Amino acid sequence: MKELLRLFGIVRAYHWWMILAAILGFTTIGSGIGLLMSSAYIITKAALHPSFHELQLSIVGVRFFGLARGVLRYIERLVSHNTTFKILSRLRVWFYKSLEPLAPARLLEYKSGDLLQRITKDIDSLENLYSRVIAPPLIAIMISILLWVLLDSFSLTFSITLFCFHTIAAVGIPFFTGYINRGTATKITGIQAELQTMTIDCIQGLSDLMLFNQLGDHTEKLYRLKQQELRLQRKQALIQRLHEPLIGLLMNSAVLALLWVLAPQVSEGSIDGVYTAVIVIAVMASFEAFLPLPDTAQHLEASAATGKRLFEIADSKPAVQPPEHPERLPETRSISFENISFTYPETFGPTLSSVSFQIKEGEKIAVVGPSGAGKSTITSLLLRFWEPSQGTICIGNKNIRNLDPEIIRKNIGIVSQKTYLFSSSIRENLLLAKPDADDQELRQSLKCAGLESFTSKLDQWAGQHGMNLSGGERQRIAIARMLLQDAPFIILDEATANLDAVTEKSVMHSILKLCSQQTPKTLLVITHRLRDMGLFDRIVVLENGCIVEQGLHHELLEKNGLYASMWSLQHRHTPLELLTGS
Amino acid sequence: MNLDRRLFLLVKQYPLPFIASVVFGALGGILLISQASLLSSIINAIFLKNTGLPDILGPLGLFAVVSIFRTVFNWASQSEANRGTLKIKQLLHEKIIRKISDLGPSYTGSTRSGQLSTKILRSVEALDPYFSQYIPQIALSLLLPLFILSVVFPTDLLSGIILLATAPLIPLFMVLIGKAAQKATEKQWQTLSRMSGNFLDVLQGLTTLKLFGRSKERARSISEISEAFRHSTMQVLKVAFLSSLALELVGTISTAIIAVEIGLRLMTGSIAFKSGFFILLLTPDFYLPLRQLGTKFHAGMEGASAAKDIFSLLEKKGFQETRSGKSSLPPAIPEQPITFKNAGFSYKEDGSYALKNINCRIEPVSITAVTGPSGAGKTTFVNLILRFIDHQEGKIMFGNTDLSHINRNEWQKLISWVPQHPYIFNASFRENLLLANRKASEKELMQAIEYSRLEPFIRSLPQGLDTPVGEQGARISGGEAQRLSFARGFLKDAPILVLDEPTSHTDPALEKELVASMNRLVEGKTTVLIAHRLSTVINANQILVFDNGRIIQSGTHVSLAQEEGFYKNALRVFEEDSTT
Repeated sequence: MKELLRLFGIVRAYHWWMILAAILGFTTIGSGIGLLMSSAYIITKAALHPSFHELQLSIVGVRFFGLARGVLRYIERLVSHNTTFKILSRLRVWFYKSLEPLAPARLLEYKSGDLLQRITKDIDSLENLYSRVIAPPLIAIMISILLWVLLDSFSLTFSITLFCFHTIAAVGIPFFTGYINRGTATKITGIQAELQTMTIDCIQGLSDLMLFNQLGDHTEKLYRLKQQELRLQRKQALIQRLHEPLIGLLMNSAVLALLWVLAPQVSEGSIDGVYTAVIVIAVMASFEAFLPLPDTAQHLEASAATGKRLFEIADSKPAVQPPEHPERLPETRSISFENISFTYPETFGPTLSSVSFQIKEGEKIAVVGPSGAGKSTITSLLLRFWEPSQGTICIGNKNIRNLDPEIIRKNIGIVSQKTYLFSSSIRENLLLAKPDADDQELRQSLKCAGLESFTSKLDQWAGQHGMNLSGGERQRIAIARMLLQDAPFIILDEATANLDAVTEKSVMHSILKLCSQQTPKTLLVITHRLRDMGLFDRIVVLENGCIVEQGLHHELLEKNGLYASMWSLQHRHTPLELLTGS
Repeated sequence: MNLDRRLFLLVKQYPLPFIASVVFGALGGILLISQASLLSSIINAIFLKNTGLPDILGPLGLFAVVSIFRTVFNWASQSEANRGTLKIKQLLHEKIIRKISDLGPSYTGSTRSGQLSTKILRSVEALDPYFSQYIPQIALSLLLPLFILSVVFPTDLLSGIILLATAPLIPLFMVLIGKAAQKATEKQWQTLSRMSGNFLDVLQGLTTLKLFGRSKERARSISEISEAFRHSTMQVLKVAFLSSLALELVGTISTAIIAVEIGLRLMTGSIAFKSGFFILLLTPDFYLPLRQLGTKFHAGMEGASAAKDIFSLLEKKGFQETRSGKSSLPPAIPEQPITFKNAGFSYKEDGSYALKNINCRIEPVSITAVTGPSGAGKTTFVNLILRFIDHQEGKIMFGNTDLSHINRNEWQKLISWVPQHPYIFNASFRENLLLANRKASEKELMQAIEYSRLEPFIRSLPQGLDTPVGEQGARISGGEAQRLSFARGFLKDAPILVLDEPTSHTDPALEKELVASMNRLVEGKTTVLIAHRLSTVINANQILVFDNGRIIQSGTHVSLAQEEGFYKNALRVFEEDSTT
């Protein structure tokens, strides 16, 4: 319930739209009631052979309500669709704003890769929030009040009688079917989750299942699970499909009950018989407003569950709190890591422990080490994705904790192993780095990144997740983006790992050229491939979160430590050995 | 064949529930008419004859009974439609799974089609409203108005004529509405899915946006894009909803006309009140089923648009045991060579080949290393041996038997496959290992763990072998996954080994272990491996160099190193590297 109120709170900005749509919904059904009431009045009154002008008013009424019903329905549909779109857009912006500070640190905790897809689906499902959850009860209440007032003009007993049936339809039936079906929906969700895992196992693990001769067993299990789901769905449907017929039954019961109290009053003469048909037909027409209510109960529950999932994510605390009054980025751009330790949540042992090193402006530094040594964590800390558990990182002489994270990031050009490309044009993807760049600049950066052929394809769609491009091309787009950003500080985190040797060389060449231009750039390269190591001013060797060695390439080789053994591993064969095959 | 026809053919597979649904619905309709008749005579009695309650007890009781039966019939109608729908869903689900396993790993291997298949399986659920609501409604929206006409005509000719005259408007509007509603549904669906696709894209790229310091401003663009989508959709809906406005108006205005027309004749006494009221009660119900058809069509189409993907998947040509596996396996399996004779394979129908004119001989109990640039055809070559695909040209022989004559299942039993990235199932380590060989003894299992150097890792786990691996192997590192793949290889212990060699690591300790395990694994087996290490290539008995779907060089390391070509060039890069 709390979740629902919070959801309503988020979409409250559109309360006028919602009220308008609900009133339109009410008047639509109201016109239907009006049309049938005035029709019934014409027929009953006419049966008493009155003069023509006594019917005139109701003939106008019939015409009016007949037209109004159609037109109002049309407007109502437009307004409620419009409201739905607005609500969805509002929810997306709200969720984006709550998620933005959490990325990427907090999102890693939700290990499952499809978390974001689930979120998107969840938000999509709130499409029904207005039309299925908010609107039907409002409209039903308004119709119930209308009928109370109408019937009260004849007798309070009628109002009370009908109100009882309305209440049963609105509350009793949803509660009854909900009670019988309790737990079924949860069971179905459980099975669906299991089914999802097994389906992914079947599709992604198809080759393994096939080679191990397990495919038949697996699919058999999958079929059985699906059958189990369908059996539960059947159980659920048998009850759910009762809704509409039961509301119909209630409508007929209401008619019977009213006839029961009405007939004696007509025969006693306390009520004019003319109104018998009018009252009965109004009662029947009023139940149109109650038909969607049992569904509302379900959507209510589903929306609350969805809300709960979304709030759980949105409410998590960001890993890094940006300062309220950030200081200016200092002019000197040297970076120092002082005694940095860091432990990822829910892992044993620190990823980095007491790491200290400095990068002077214009230096080229390489960080190397076995996988899992903590190389990339250095980048994440510098980019303010995580807060170090101990120690400080300074740019110039200022603790980065006191700087605006957005400004820090704008001053760091980074290319990592995984490049995300948005599903838009190449141009849009490049402009991210420099929104005011002209086409000339874009082409130049593509050229430098070794993507000469793309200079004429700026408007080509990159495909979903950049799928229209090969891995190497995606990587080079990222490099072009980094060149375009023209930040004073460059980080390459396994940036060229997906490129073949020849391309890697030429791309590295253009990056190094960029770094040694008139304003020299500071370069930090994280790599496991030991190539061209002589070019670096310093090599930092990490192992298990500690710096084990530091120095120039030839110094490290002489030390004969971890670096030297990594080097010989990758360059085990001298040319002579290669040719003789020894 | 259009979509509706193909969907309807599915109904034909399980016609009974749908027929029952329509029959119950029609019975409900008949009871509706008798209710109207009862109600009009009750009101006639109260209003005109001023009868007291006791005199109308009979009709009231009857009305109650009819109401109850109508409730039951309506429920039965919906319930039967649901029964049929569930059967269709089950059928489709099974068909899709079967098709996916037929298409095999070479289809599901690409991320795109893998995701697509998952999506398609989910979209089976989305078809529910089409079958459970739309299909039965088609029949009912024809039958119920006919029933009503058949009682109105004998009661009052003029009203019957009015209903009948407006009736042709309805099919007309239905066609219009069908088209417009489809357009509206499609537009709305597209908008919603594009909005959500765009949103997903932004969420997935959030880290990238942050890296460029552009994440905060993106919130505005989300709302701008949503606004733009909303605006364009509303333009379409404004027009699309007009047709249902027309249909609504046909219903309400006809009701008004009938009320006035009956009223006027009542004044002259040319019709009885009871008949007039009876007709008035039925008039809204004459139009209701048709209006419902509109909304149910709307609901049905939303899911049915997903059916396009289902059918295009089902129509794909999968792996077929064409020359289907009658031949038995040759004797002395470990001694048989695999020979490729002019073999070729193409994934597409445009004549472009993934592999063409492949000629080679894989000697028994030897190591054949496959190398070449990415996209050269190495994976396709391996897939042919694994029989994830079958060659389309030439021949592949196992000993003297045509490979495609051997039953695929039997053949795959002979192969140990050790991929770089094994798929890790969401189960315990033990389960994940035993997958390779259900009959393995505890001793064999322990040995495989030892040989693959998985032992220290397993021992560090809280529940040892019975520790769950976590969703899609989330808890294990790349190196551990590779060792697990080796362990599976040891467990299966088949005569033919196909191995995608782990790419080299910078961790000297890990590297040493992997190389040692691999050397033990290839012992005494016919091995085909995709090589990533120079040392492996050097030690191979035969090297096949692929480029552009062909074998461009083959031989041993010594012979290839002296031949001008790809191999020598590749060596040169290494050479330069080692000197810098």
